[in-house]
Amino acid sequence: MAEIAESGGGGGGKGKKRAKKGSTRVDMTPMVDLAFLLLTFFVLTSTFSKPKVMPLNYPAKIKDPTTVKAPKVNNAATFILADDKVYYYRGEFYPKSKPGPDGPTVLEEANFGSGENSVRKLLASWNEYVIVNKAILQQKLDKKQIADSTFTRLVDELTVDKEAVKVLIKTDDKALCKSFIDLVDELKIANVGVIAPTDLSPAEKDLLKEKN
Amino acid sequence: MPKIKMPKGSPSIDMTPMVDLAFLLVTFFMLTASFRTAEPVTVETPSSISDKIIPENVIMVTLDRDGRAFFNLSNAEARKEMLNNMLGKYKVSLNEEQVEEFAFMSTFGCTMQELPAYMSTEAAKRASFPTKGIPTDSTRNELLDWISFAASAAANTGRTAFEEAKQKGGEPKMEDFKPKFILRVDSKTRYKDAAIVIDVFRELNLNNLNFVTSAEAIPVN
Repeated sequence: MAEIAESGGGGGGKGKKRAKKGSTRVDMTPMVDLAFLLLTFFVLTSTFSKPKVMPLNYPAKIKDPTTVKAPKVNNAATFILADDKVYYYRGEFYPKSKPGPDGPTVLEEANFGSGENSVRKLLASWNEYVIVNKAILQQKLDKKQIADSTFTRLVDELTVDKEAVKVLIKTDDKALCKSFIDLVDELKIANVGVIAPTDLSPAEKDLLKEKN
Repeated sequence: MPKIKMPKGSPSIDMTPMVDLAFLLVTFFMLTASFRTAEPVTVETPSSISDKIIPENVIMVTLDRDGRAFFNLSNAEARKEMLNNMLGKYKVSLNEEQVEEFAFMSTFGCTMQELPAYMSTEAAKRASFPTKGIPTDSTRNELLDWISFAASAAANTGRTAFEEAKQKGGEPKMEDFKPKFILRVDSKTRYKDAAIVIDVFRELNLNNLNFVTSAEAIPVN
């Protein structure tokens, strides 16, 4: 133990009786033990970081799909998530039976790394317009030339601009949520404002089957 | 040579500062601690760069890696209202005690038929309760009912909380008191299973969803 009990001061063999002085010190070891026990308990059981959330707006459900025509989207990109791979194509989808100006649509493969052919690099080059303009706005904000609210409004407008890339996400039956969240995350990093998770069309399914 | 004299004093150390420090830390941790609630499923959430903290008034659907759905509503008062509506609709009864316990529980997952058995299981053993989760198929969509009753109950309690905050002064935003819809998926859940739950939300015209993620550093450039 940290403290050795001392014999009370004075007293003893000289015959003269004195009142015992008694040490005024209290042995604090048990209290320290208890304090550290509680400390350990609280450190181990408490959770500090609250989980974060990532908001995502889904398109409203259309009650009668036959009456609504798909709108033409400028500058669209489609990502298709298969079990562990990501494919993409730009613009509209042209099946083999009805090829577009550049022939039928071909699926390109991408990955979630940071090197060649990574989703991040691709998006950064496609969405350069938004990224560059957002950086300019950010600079203005830093120099206090525009207000906070103006900044958020301008950025919101920028992400739905004609030049900004719009992304459709289509998922295969085997796709995992991890790749979906990773992809949405990459889109948010690249400041993509329009994200629409939709279903695979039969023609796209066939094309995907050929790839595997 | 003269002998070196050893000091006679006691080898005791003054522990008071150490005790002070220890209790200071204990107090700090006691006051800041928010305890982990017992969950019937363990879910490993994917990571994202989002730094939005999970809101207060939430309706949360959890999906484990087998695609089983679990449900949670954060507000105890709203939970009671929701449970009573559900019990009425599915003609299942629970005793007073179980209703009270349900109000202060966290995430749960079972069919309405299993609910009485689920509630009489010990809290610690509910994690291993054999269930397929809350049914989501179109013929018997219990999840849809849970969500729709929860949404209306949580909207009510949110409104009263908003009125209270308004009376206290200050300028509360109604937006902060509205229930938020959270989807918590495991990294290995198939998106197909998540899509079923997302469709349930969309069916109720709740299109603004939030995915629970763990924090990740924002990449430079």
